Amino acid sequence: MNFFMAAVRRDLVLALRRRSDIVNPLAFFLMVGVMFPLAVSPEAKFLAQVAPGVIWVAALLACLLSADGIFRSDFDDGSLEQMLVSPQPLVFIVLAKVLSHWLMSGFCLALMSPLLAMMLFLPSEGYGALVASLLLGTPTLSLLGAIGAGLTVGLRKGGILISLLILPLYIPVLIFGAGTVLAGSMGLPIAGYLALLGALLVLSAMLAPFAIAAALKISVRG
Amino acid sequence: MLEVKNLFCERDERVLFSNLNFGIGAGEVVQIEGQNGSGKTTLLRILCGLNESYEGELFWQQKDIAEVRDDYFSQMLYVGHLAGVKSTLTAEENLEWMQQLDPALGKVSIAEALKSVGLYGFEDVPCYTLSAGQQRRVGLARLYLSTAPLWILDEPFTALDKKGVAEKEALLAQHVLNGGSVILTTHHDLNIPGYTVRRINLDEVARS
Repeated sequence: MNFFMAAVRRDLVLALRRRSDIVNPLAFFLMVGVMFPLAVSPEAKFLAQVAPGVIWVAALLACLLSADGIFRSDFDDGSLEQMLVSPQPLVFIVLAKVLSHWLMSGFCLALMSPLLAMMLFLPSEGYGALVASLLLGTPTLSLLGAIGAGLTVGLRKGGILISLLILPLYIPVLIFGAGTVLAGSMGLPIAGYLALLGALLVLSAMLAPFAIAAALKISVRG
Repeated sequence: MLEVKNLFCERDERVLFSNLNFGIGAGEVVQIEGQNGSGKTTLLRILCGLNESYEGELFWQQKDIAEVRDDYFSQMLYVGHLAGVKSTLTAEENLEWMQQLDPALGKVSIAEALKSVGLYGFEDVPCYTLSAGQQRRVGLARLYLSTAPLWILDEPFTALDKKGVAEKEALLAQHVLNGGSVILTTHHDLNIPGYTVRRINLDEVARS
């Protein structure tokens, strides 16, 4: 457990010393909220209708944008090799890295989402659903993204490939996430949606770390 | 300790080595030689489990290495081409993390290890402000910390100055004297005081 905390702390310290990596996805998220009404229509009624989908798509793409970097620097400077030859279980290391990636991306996006909701005139009943769905949905995105990042880290230009690999896996999260917000903004019960998002999270939290660890081994040993 | 039997490896349809046999016991130093591209790094990576595209058998303490992997990893120290040093962390933070990864790195305190590699006074500046040789020293500080019996070192002397090399050679001598073993590659003429180094030349292995 101590080791796990130390691994999370290391990644958070690394992220805080390279702020641009944290700010980039958040700025992207915010820019979608600013540009969308300008490009489509500033009418409040129309925006309120599309807001759940737009916010979720923006959050998903912001997560995808940052997924490529999860293992990149550790691969480039040899830290990843050291993790593979260490007696510590790779699954723990991987889980710690995904957790700190989520704290820096999905968690911050969820905290920022009410601002975006306000800009897009989402009915105020939907705010709770939006934050809850992002808090439950984005960890799944980080876990799935890390599988793609692990598989492509050994390639020079993995950026496009990682999108192709993991976008299909993101789709269920997107559907249920946007569904939660839509139901919430109409005043309908959202417990069922949240349960589905929770189930997806539990499933990926159990299986993805093993897939990520295997992917990293393939990338480094290849 | 470590035994290699019938090792065969090819890359891009070129045989790097075949039928390679050697063992290394306690208190031995083996230097892997060969020209650039002869497969020195590949061989070391195979020994560390970082490369699995080989045929043949590896034994650690007479047991198949795949079966005793955890035990092997906790008794082996690998310093690769890339030092594994994070440039945004300080030297001290880097070594603290390495200690977390490998609990066997606890022979002396981190401050002492940094002093031994001549980085006293540099322990709390980010590593990107250090020179290439100094960054290399941060990675090599692990050797002073390590209690692992087997060291696998890939070109450990790159970017080091003459004094640094001599210090590392003395350290290797100390390690061997205490019953440890070292497998390393280097283009430098290894001069370990009071010790003859066993050499394995991969160019000759490939020809035979």
